[in-house]
Amino acid sequence: MDFRFAPEDEAFRREVRAWLKKNLPSDWEGHLRDESGWGFARGFARKLSERRWVAPQWPVEYGGLGLSHWQQLIYNEEMSYHRAPLGYIAIGVGWTGPTIIIYGTEEQKRQHLAGITAGETMWCQGFSEPNAGSDLASLQTRAVRDGDDYVINGQKIWTSGAHHADWMILLARTDAEAPKHKGISYFLLDMKSPGITVQPLIDVMDNHSFNQVFFENVRVPKSSLLGEENRGWYMATTTLDFERSSIGGAAGALRLLEDLAAYVNETPRNGGTLVGDQRVRWRLADAALEVELGRMLSYRVVSLQARGVVPNYESSTAKLYNTEMQLRLAHAGLEVLGLYGQLKPKSRRAQLRGRLERQYLWQTAMVVGGGTSEIQRNIIAMRGLGLPRG
Amino acid sequence: MDLGLDEQQEMLKNFAHDFLEKECPEELVRKMEEDDKGYEPDLWQKMAAQGWMGLIIPEEYGGTGMRITDLAVLLEEFGRFLVPGPFIPTVVLGGYPIMLAGSEEQKKQFLPKIASGELIMTMALTEPSAKWDADGVQLEAKAEGDGFVLNGTKLFVQDAHVTDYMVVAARTAKGKTPEEGITLLLVDSKSPGVKFEPLRTIAADKQCEVTFENVKVPKANVLGEAGKGWPIVEKTKLLATVAACAYLVGLSQQDFDITLNYAKERVQFGRPIGSFQAIQHKLADVVIDVDGSRFITYKAAWSLQEGEPDAELMASMAKAWCSDASRRVVAHGQQIHGGIGFTKEYKIQLYFRRQKWMELMWGDADYHRELVAQKLEV
Repeated sequence: MDFRFAPEDEAFRREVRAWLKKNLPSDWEGHLRDESGWGFARGFARKLSERRWVAPQWPVEYGGLGLSHWQQLIYNEEMSYHRAPLGYIAIGVGWTGPTIIIYGTEEQKRQHLAGITAGETMWCQGFSEPNAGSDLASLQTRAVRDGDDYVINGQKIWTSGAHHADWMILLARTDAEAPKHKGISYFLLDMKSPGITVQPLIDVMDNHSFNQVFFENVRVPKSSLLGEENRGWYMATTTLDFERSSIGGAAGALRLLEDLAAYVNETPRNGGTLVGDQRVRWRLADAALEVELGRMLSYRVVSLQARGVVPNYESSTAKLYNTEMQLRLAHAGLEVLGLYGQLKPKSRRAQLRGRLERQYLWQTAMVVGGGTSEIQRNIIAMRGLGLPRG
Repeated sequence: MDLGLDEQQEMLKNFAHDFLEKECPEELVRKMEEDDKGYEPDLWQKMAAQGWMGLIIPEEYGGTGMRITDLAVLLEEFGRFLVPGPFIPTVVLGGYPIMLAGSEEQKKQFLPKIASGELIMTMALTEPSAKWDADGVQLEAKAEGDGFVLNGTKLFVQDAHVTDYMVVAARTAKGKTPEEGITLLLVDSKSPGVKFEPLRTIAADKQCEVTFENVKVPKANVLGEAGKGWPIVEKTKLLATVAACAYLVGLSQQDFDITLNYAKERVQFGRPIGSFQAIQHKLADVVIDVDGSRFITYKAAWSLQEGEPDAELMASMAKAWCSDASRRVVAHGQQIHGGIGFTKEYKIQLYFRRQKWMELMWGDADYHRELVAQKLEV
């Protein structure tokens, strides 16, 4: 039991921090997901690649630095704390790459990995469908073998960044007769392929992040099949685990908490400042300890990984707790700001640059995306606790 | 950074688990609820033989010289098996302040005997005002001749009636602040004028009302400096807070384990109730409460052990969290058990009642929430 980072890990943290200070504008507010935001994110990815920091956790031979689990956590924490725009590289680094490294052919590795680590290629994820959300395995998009190609027909939804992406990781049904988990294949799809239509799906934050993607007789060569045919579900659940273990998000919450603490110490109220208000004090005290707890649940996952243990339900506890905690924090922060809490960033009167309004909306999506809170609880109950399926 | 146990801690935990499973079964826990002393002297001696009373006492005073995180690991098992008796009072409330502030002579007099199980101790801190802060200490100690004379009442004193000595926090002067003028005295529990009356509590533990009527204490029994006892109390409170958290972690874990098992076995509507999502999701939330309690407690214990600058903050965060989380754990435990959980015969109630006790000890969630809030002030 040791809660201290090793000196070399602390040094790495300082290095990342100094680099971010230099490479993010001093008034940087995070990825706003408007068109200029995507452009900036792309440029930022290129800058990261100069340090081999696009995917530093990947093995050196694939363009990473082979960072230790703890240094990867530190990297995640610093990126999250500084609101670094990783939207451009997130799917490629967190999903495509790790899956190709495990299941891909040498040719697929050669074709795809370098583009990701160079910050050149943007990937999107074609998993969810209108009728396959939490029940992902019931997806209906078809891939039918035709000579040396597969022909894709169907529709995906919630596809973040599809309108900028170069490639897509795609799950499609290759055997309609087999049980639902056993007829799905995993494809690497060039987004420039004829027959793909990308339609914007504007979110409640007025951002264009999501899309619907339609496939009409889209041909993909069979060399784009990842792993074996009909084994896609099992590869996808590997990548789902990668997403769930993408930890370090509590550091972003810590930043917001620091903003709020500064705000309540500076804002006049009843002859003193807002920090003298009992309700405000306790809300922030709770927020502070909830952030710390979220951190501990993430650190526990990394402790297991660092000891060579593959986390089981623990990743789900970290995802579930941290997303719900951040939603509570946004809610608490918004209430601390009172009427000002509702003001959007561009409002002249906005406090804390309208962050709370943004966070409150955004975190509502985070308890849904990447497996809803309810799905996480199912995983903990069934996979972690061995409770029978209902 | 590593949140797991080291090899030695793993051994301590496993050994304690096996030992207590055998030596401290449910029947003993129930028997001690009705027992006047509230502990089993045989078990006490066996625990001493394991070196547990001297776990954090330095080797030169007969202890095993282990660390605070080790003690937390051990106390987790105490919570799991609801070990009755004055272990925490003796080790944490008696031994620790002597380690911190005792003279060489006092250390030699007390610590080896604590380690060997010969000496039972506690701290008499709280009074009828039931406050944890310095202004709660009003018991008067008047300087008289070569010592002090105590008059007044202490309340909620753990296991005082079975102690050999008590560390008594008394007021020897009215200072400018409530923290000034508090003196710690090592009081022989058999001194004339000391009376004990055990309180009837929700957990059937043995907290006492202790009255002092012209109780004479020699000057040599001052722990630390006269009038400067409060900082020692503060440090002791920190360890006591962490100890309460560790106990709650084990208690919560065991309540959860029992409940999970019940959910797998109890059949309604033709299937185990654990197959219903209404139950599954409760249990998933309990996992987070239990695991979260454990790691924030470990961090608090470690911070205290290492003398980290945020040790106080971490202890308060841990106690605020564990107090609330453990209450949610046992509440779900009761609900999932249904009617059987409310019977005296079934074991889950033992955990349910003791949770409330430890939730209140050394400051409940709101008390520590306010301490956390104070740290957020610029």
